[in-house]
Amino acid sequence: MGNEAHTPDAAASVDFEQVQSTGQFQELRKRHRSFVFPMAVAFLLWYFAYVLLADYAVGFMSTKVWGNINIGLILGLLQFVSTFAITGWYVHYSNKRLDPIAKEIRDEIEGHEFDKHGNRVGGTNK
Amino acid sequence: MINIATAVDVAALKDTTLLNMGIFGLFVAVTMVIVFRASRNNKTAADYYAAGRSFTGSQNGTAIAGDYLSAASFLGITGAIAINGYDGFMYSIGFLVAWLVALLLVAELLRNTGKFTMADVLSFRLKQRPVRIAAAISTLAVCFFYLLAQMAGAGSLISLLLGISDWGGQALVIIVVGALMIMYVLIGGMKGTTWVQIIKAILLIAGAAVMTFWVLAIYGFNLSALLGGAVETANNPAVLNPGLQYGKTETSKLDFMSLGLALVLGTAALPHVLMRFYTVPTAKEARKSVVWSIWLIGLFYLFTLVLGYGAAALVGADTIKSAPGGVNAAAPLLAFHLGGPLLLGFISAVAFATILAVVAGLTITAAASFAHDIYANVIAKGKADAETEVKVARRTVVVIGILAILGGILANGQNVAFLVALAFAVAASANLPTILYSLFWRRFTTQGAVWSMYGGLGAAIVLIIFSPVVSGGPTSMIKDAHFAWFPLSNPGIVSIPLAFLLGWLGTVLDKSREDTAKQAEMEVRSLTGVGAEKAVDH
Repeated sequence: MGNEAHTPDAAASVDFEQVQSTGQFQELRKRHRSFVFPMAVAFLLWYFAYVLLADYAVGFMSTKVWGNINIGLILGLLQFVSTFAITGWYVHYSNKRLDPIAKEIRDEIEGHEFDKHGNRVGGTNK
Repeated sequence: MINIATAVDVAALKDTTLLNMGIFGLFVAVTMVIVFRASRNNKTAADYYAAGRSFTGSQNGTAIAGDYLSAASFLGITGAIAINGYDGFMYSIGFLVAWLVALLLVAELLRNTGKFTMADVLSFRLKQRPVRIAAAISTLAVCFFYLLAQMAGAGSLISLLLGISDWGGQALVIIVVGALMIMYVLIGGMKGTTWVQIIKAILLIAGAAVMTFWVLAIYGFNLSALLGGAVETANNPAVLNPGLQYGKTETSKLDFMSLGLALVLGTAALPHVLMRFYTVPTAKEARKSVVWSIWLIGLFYLFTLVLGYGAAALVGADTIKSAPGGVNAAAPLLAFHLGGPLLLGFISAVAFATILAVVAGLTITAAASFAHDIYANVIAKGKADAETEVKVARRTVVVIGILAILGGILANGQNVAFLVALAFAVAASANLPTILYSLFWRRFTTQGAVWSMYGGLGAAIVLIIFSPVVSGGPTSMIKDAHFAWFPLSNPGIVSIPLAFLLGWLGTVLDKSREDTAKQAEMEVRSLTGVGAEKAVDH
């Protein structure tokens, strides 16, 4: 069964397997995954380390550092800081490394369509 | 100097009922006018569900924050910190960090491959019928649990404002809230509710900011002094340390882990949050919305830390627990302590509008899911015209409204943040594995998706039913029955890994292969955004 959600658009007759196999697309996918996967693993590990500490190292987390402010509160606030930092980092990375190459591929597909045999057919049909 | 807690006189609240309700009524009237004006252009399905994809990233980001900062965040977290101290702070952190899953792994890819609902994405390269039905059922289940929480919050809030503590009166309040909500959604559609979300998000964050500033000013802008005040009022230094609520036994420690897991993995699988990625024209705007909402939500959760400990210090846990509305009344009681009936009226009106708007957003998601995924694509096999689909969506709204009212009456009295965490666990179990597998795992098959969704959903719901939340405990929904054999109150630690496992197992045991051309199309579309529907002009 087809996917009726997407039929009437400019990319309806594109050979996506052809696009998928181009070096340009492989590069885009590599850049995307090489950023988001390690980053996701890193922040999840940091988050679960925090949860485990709060759960099983109550003494350590309750150590007062400054006045009534203890290590638990500082680590909790650092979760906020790391979340904001990763957000900013990702936006910077996407703007610099992902968006330009994604736009190139998109323009190529929408401009010169690939037909089912992987040959480019000239012109746009818009 | 430091203002030692003067007890809040809950009885004095009754004297200000008229003022509270006046401010509240004005707010509802204003938002209704906005909904009416915004809904004039509701013609097509894209208008009704996705607001014509006409919102900018920052508008949509504010609306996402509005959707996300529900009664759970404001009433629930403030109450949890006020009573359980540090353990309540866990909700703030989990709810915020969870956005990184949405930002990095889901939001943009989803925007590029879908149209209206989560099922559009899940069924993109798999078999339409079974996957759509499963996705729609899980959407309805998640929305139902989320609605329960909001209804419980509304019950707490209004019973505090009106001083209603009997069961029948609170039930009546929930029925009125439900009726208002049905009107909102029927008239407004997605565009109306988006505007309500934007206005309400700004008012909620501004209101919380004023209260935070006020509390900090009382303690000379010294966080340490505020924490000291909380210790003094509670007469227990442990409110600053982890473990007050969850550190009692090994089982409760496991429950804390389970909660932490559900919180961080739930957000990116909440259907009403996912649907918000479709109300913007491009993936880049979807990214901007998420970034904008992360900043707003993070800021707000920093406020809740001050508000929670502020309520603990200035109002006191015992006063909060004994007030009508119980633990959910911490924030309104703090407002009353700080600014008297005027601030209480304003904060309550904002909190109430929050509930109304979130409920509207949830209901519209559930309605879209039923009308678009089950009715249009499965029952009418793609032959339904847009007009009938919207009509079905509107009827679904009425049915869901009635179910939410009944569920809300049952869940009345529970902490809202805790109830929402159940919805997070259901979402993370039923939806997240399939979303991630279908976006990133080429080999993933329909059988894997169906096993994962039904397995995760079934496990989560069965474990909730047989947990202390529903029966067997002093705070259970059904106090007199004892059929709880599952010791944890949040099922996440069992049901989420199980759903990931089932998705993998269902796929590797599946002899059939999915269409590689569809997989290529989904991958190319998701990363490049080619062919994604642009904004509709009016």
